[in-house]
Amino acid sequence: MSNDVSLHGHSEVAASHNAHHEEHGVHHHKEAFITKYVFSQDHKMICKQFIITGMIWAILGGLMSVLFRLQLGYPDTSFPILEDIFGKWAQGGKIKPEFYYALVTMHGTVLVFFVLTGGLSGTFANFLIPLQVGARDMASPFLNMLSYWFFFMASVVILSSLFVQTGPASGGWTVYPPLSALGDASQGSKAGIDLWITGMALFVVSSLLGGLNYITTILNMRTKGMSMTRLPLTIWAILFTAILGVLSFPVLLSGLILLLFDRHAGTSFYLSDIFISSTQKALPNEGGSAILFQHLFWFLGHPEVYIIILPAMGLVSEVLSVNSRKPVFGYMAMVGSLFAITILAFLVWAHHMFITGLNPFLGSVFVLLTLLIAVPSAIKVFNWLTTLWKGNIRFTPAMLFAIGFVSLFISGGLTGIFLGNSTLDIALHDTYFVVAHFHIVMGVSAFFGMFAGVYHWFPKMYGRYLNNTMGYIHFWVTLIGAYLIFWPMHYEGLAGMPRRYMDYSGWVSFRQFGDLNRFISTVAMVVFAVQLMFVFNFFYSIFKGRRVTNQNPWGAATMEWTTPIRPGHGNWPGEIPEVHRWAYDYAKDGREFIPQTEPVSGNESKH
Amino acid sequence: MANFFIILLLLLGFLITFQIAKASEYVAVLKGEKKAFEQQNKVNGFLMIMFLVFGLIGVYWCNELLKGKILGVAASQHGQAIDKMLYITLAITGVVFFLTQIILFWFAYKYQYSEKRKAFYFPHDNRLEVVWTVIPAIALTVLVGFGLIYWFRITGDAPADALQVEVTGKQFGWIFRYPGNDGVFGKKYFKNIDDGANNSLGLIWEDPATHDDIVVNQEMYVVVNRPVKLIINSRDVIHDVGLPHFRMKMDAVPGTPTTLWFTPLYTTEEMKKMNNNPEFEYEISCDQMCGSGHYTMKGIVNVVSPEEFILWKAKQQSNYSQVFPAQGAPAAKDSTKPASVSTSQTKDEVAKASLNH
Ligand code: HEM
Ligand SMILES: [Cu+2]
Ligand SMILES: [Cu+2]
Repeated sequence: MSNDVSLHGHSEVAASHNAHHEEHGVHHHKEAFITKYVFSQDHKMICKQFIITGMIWAILGGLMSVLFRLQLGYPDTSFPILEDIFGKWAQGGKIKPEFYYALVTMHGTVLVFFVLTGGLSGTFANFLIPLQVGARDMASPFLNMLSYWFFFMASVVILSSLFVQTGPASGGWTVYPPLSALGDASQGSKAGIDLWITGMALFVVSSLLGGLNYITTILNMRTKGMSMTRLPLTIWAILFTAILGVLSFPVLLSGLILLLFDRHAGTSFYLSDIFISSTQKALPNEGGSAILFQHLFWFLGHPEVYIIILPAMGLVSEVLSVNSRKPVFGYMAMVGSLFAITILAFLVWAHHMFITGLNPFLGSVFVLLTLLIAVPSAIKVFNWLTTLWKGNIRFTPAMLFAIGFVSLFISGGLTGIFLGNSTLDIALHDTYFVVAHFHIVMGVSAFFGMFAGVYHWFPKMYGRYLNNTMGYIHFWVTLIGAYLIFWPMHYEGLAGMPRRYMDYSGWVSFRQFGDLNRFISTVAMVVFAVQLMFVFNFFYSIFKGRRVTNQNPWGAATMEWTTPIRPGHGNWPGEIPEVHRWAYDYAKDGREFIPQTEPVSGNESKH
Repeated sequence: MANFFIILLLLLGFLITFQIAKASEYVAVLKGEKKAFEQQNKVNGFLMIMFLVFGLIGVYWCNELLKGKILGVAASQHGQAIDKMLYITLAITGVVFFLTQIILFWFAYKYQYSEKRKAFYFPHDNRLEVVWTVIPAIALTVLVGFGLIYWFRITGDAPADALQVEVTGKQFGWIFRYPGNDGVFGKKYFKNIDDGANNSLGLIWEDPATHDDIVVNQEMYVVVNRPVKLIINSRDVIHDVGLPHFRMKMDAVPGTPTTLWFTPLYTTEEMKKMNNNPEFEYEISCDQMCGSGHYTMKGIVNVVSPEEFILWKAKQQSNYSQVFPAQGAPAAKDSTKPASVSTSQTKDEVAKASLNH
C-alpha cells in the first residue's frame, strides 16, 4: 500500500537535513507566500494553522472564564476597569447578568468545540497521520485545506457574534430551547443565537471534511508494512475520534436546523404551551417537545466528550511509552478499549437527561450502558500505570503532562461513576459536582494531553525545542492549580449548589461558599497567567528556541522521526521507508529502542 | 492605579521567570546536556512524590474544612437513600482513587531515570488484563444494582394519600397550586394566562373544579411526614425544581408535565434547630439555565405540622374568589358542585402526567 509518488520535485527536503541552512535559502522552486502559509495544502502547515487558531481561541475562552470568575469570587465588588472595556455590559463596573451568561456560554462553546475539538484534532490529526502512517500527505490535501478554512470561517462568525448589539448566545453551551428559540425570553436568543448556529454549522462542515479525510488516509495510505496493528495508538485514537465525529455531528446539525426553523419559520418542533412574561403574550405553538432537542443535542454531545478525550488518550499513550522507555502495556487491549468506548459513546447520551422526566425504565437502561463505559476507561488507566512500572522514566515536560493527564483522568472518571448512577444524579445534576467532573475529566485532562503532544512534537513541527524550565513551571503550577480549583467544587456540588448562577449571596444554603469561591477565582487567575507564559514560550521558541540537531531527539520508534529534522512538503526526501514491526519496541533485547522501519532480525525474541 | 501596578508586577515576575528559564538553558549547555537532564529529572521525580504526599494531605484537609457545609442530614426519605448510596459509591471509588493515585506517583518516583536501570520489556499479560476488566465490572454491577433499586423506588408512583401540589416555573419565579377541598386541579390552558387579570396559570373558570384551586407564589407549604407529590410545569422555558435539602430535583418543561414525590422528615423549625441556623429555609433553587434571572429564581418550601398546614390552608382564598369577589365563594364552601366534570379532568391530568413515565 505504499504511495511513493512524490508530490513536487523536492530537493529542498534533502537539503534541510542540514539544520544550519535557512529554510528560504534552499528552495529551488519558491512557493508563493499565499500557497505556503495561507492556502497551504501541506498537512504540516495546516496543523500549524489549526494550533495557532486554537491557541487564540484558548486565550479568549480562558479570558472569559477569568472575567466570570471575577464575578463569582467578588460578587459585591465593582471593577471600574470593566466598564472602561465593556461599556454597557459592565455598567458601574459590575458585570450584568446578560453579559455573565454570554461569557459562560461562549466560554463553553469556544473551549469545547473550537479549542478541544477543532484545535486538538485539527492539530494532531493533521500533523501525525501522514507522518506516522508513512504518507506524503492527507488523502485529499485540498479538502484538508477547506477543513481549516471552514473552521476559520466558523471562528469568524462566532467571534463576530460577540459584537452584536444584543450580545452573543447566552443560554449555555447546550443551547436548550425554548430559551434559545425565543428572543423575547433572553437577549442572547436574538441575533446572537443565529450567529451561533451559523458558526456551528460551518464548524460541523469543517469537522466532517477533516474527519473523512483522516479516516480515508488512515485506511488507505499507510506505507508498505504498516498493518493496522502496527499503527501507533495516536493514530488509532484519531481514527476512532474521526468516526465518532462523522457519525454524530450531522445529528447536531439537524437539531440546530430544526431550531432555526422554530425561530424563523413558525414551526413547533421544540415549542409548546409557552407564555412569555416579558411581552405578556402566549405563543401560538403547540405540540412540540423541548426534550427532543436534548436528545438530538446529546446524541452528539456525549460522543463529543470522547471526541475531545480520545486524541488526548492517544497522545498520552505514545508519550508515556516513549519516555518510560518501554512498550505501552497491552496494546491490543488499548485498541480494544478505544473501540468499546467508541461504540458505547453512542449509547449513553440520555445520562445527561435523567431528570428531564425521562421514562425511569429508559433511564435505567442508560445507567447500565453508562457504567459499562467505565470499564474500558478503567482498563486504559491500569494499562498506563503498568506502562510506567519498571520503566526508566525521563521527565520531559511532555512526560509530566502525560502523567498529570492520568491523574486527572482518574479523578474525573471516578466522579462520572457518581453521575452515571441516576439515583445520585437526582441530587447532583446541574450542580457544581458536574462542573468539577467534566472540567477535570475533559477540560483539564484534554488540555494536559494536548500539552503533552505539543511539548513532544514541537521539535518535529518547528525544528526547535520549547524551553524546558518554563515547561516545568507551566506543568506544576497548572497541575496544582487545576486540583485547587476543581477539587473543592465537588463539595459545593454535594451541597446542591447549582451551576450557572452569577451570585449566590441571596441564598441561605449557598452563600456559605463565598470564601471558597473567592479562593477558586484567585487560583484560576494564577493558572491563566501561567498559560500565557506557555503561549509566550511557544511563539518565542518558534523563532528563538534551541535548535534540534538530532533527527530523533526522544529516541522514539515511530516513523515521524525518520524524516528530516525539517521535513518539506512530501515528508520523506526519497522513498517512504517500509515498516517491519509495531510501534513500541522499546527495551527489547537490551536495546534502547528499535525503529519501526528496521527489519526484524532472525535472532530477535518474540513478544 | 492599582490595576497598573498589578500589571507591572505581573510583567516583572514574568520577565524574571523568562530570564531564569533562558539562563538555565545556557547552564545546561555549559554543564553538558546529560548532566543537566539528570539533575532536572531528579528534581521532577522528587516533586512527584511531594505532590503525592501534599496532595493526600490536601485531600484530607479539604474534607475537614468542607464536610460540614454539605447541608447536613437529608431531609426526606428519598434523600436519605440517596445519601446512603452516595457513601457506598464514595467508599468504592475512594479506594480506587487512593490506590491508583498512589501507584501513579509512586511509580513515577520509583522508576525515574537512572543510568543503572534498564527498562523492563513487558508488552502485555493477558491474565492481568482480564483481572482488571473483571474487577471494575463487578464493582460497577454492584453499584448499578443498588442504584436501580433506589431509582425505581424514587421514581415509582407516589402513595395514594400524598399531598398534591402543582408547581409552575416562569421567568423568574414559582407558582404553586393546591387543588382545594375537592382534591382536583381544575383545567387550565396556557392561552388563558393573564397576569393582569390575576390568572397566572390560565385557569379555565368555566370548569368548576378551578373554583376552589388555591394559587400562591414563591412559597409552598407541605406537611411533615406526609408524602407530597409535585406536578411540575413550566410557563415559558425549561426550569428545574431543585430541592437540595431533600436531595430531589426535576425539570419543569413547557408542554410536558413531570412529577416528583418525596416525604419530608423534618419541619422547617426542626431544621433551624438541627442546623443551628435561625435563617434556615428549605430553598427551591432553579437548576436549569432559564435566562438572565436564573440565579434569583428562588422558592421556599415550608414544612409544617399537620395542624399548621390546616390553619394555613384555611386562610387562603381561592384564585377564583380573588378574581370574582362578587360570587365570593370561599374555597371551603365549594364542595357542593357536581363532581362529574372534575373526575374526567383528573383522568386527563393523570394521563398527561403519566406520559412521562
Ligand atoms: C467514567 C466514565 C464517565 C461517566 C460514567 C460519566 C458520566 C456522566 C454523567 C452521568 C453526566 C451528566 C451529569 C449531569 O448533568 O447531571 C456527565 C456529564 C459530563 N461528562 Fe461525564 N462521565 C464519564 C466520563 C467522562 C469523560 C471521559 C468526559 C470527557 C472527556 C466526560 C465529560 C462530561 C461532560 C462535558 C459533562 C457535562 C456536560 C454538561 O452538562 O455541560 N465525562 N458525565
Ligand atoms: Cu455524557
Ligand atoms: Cu432557572
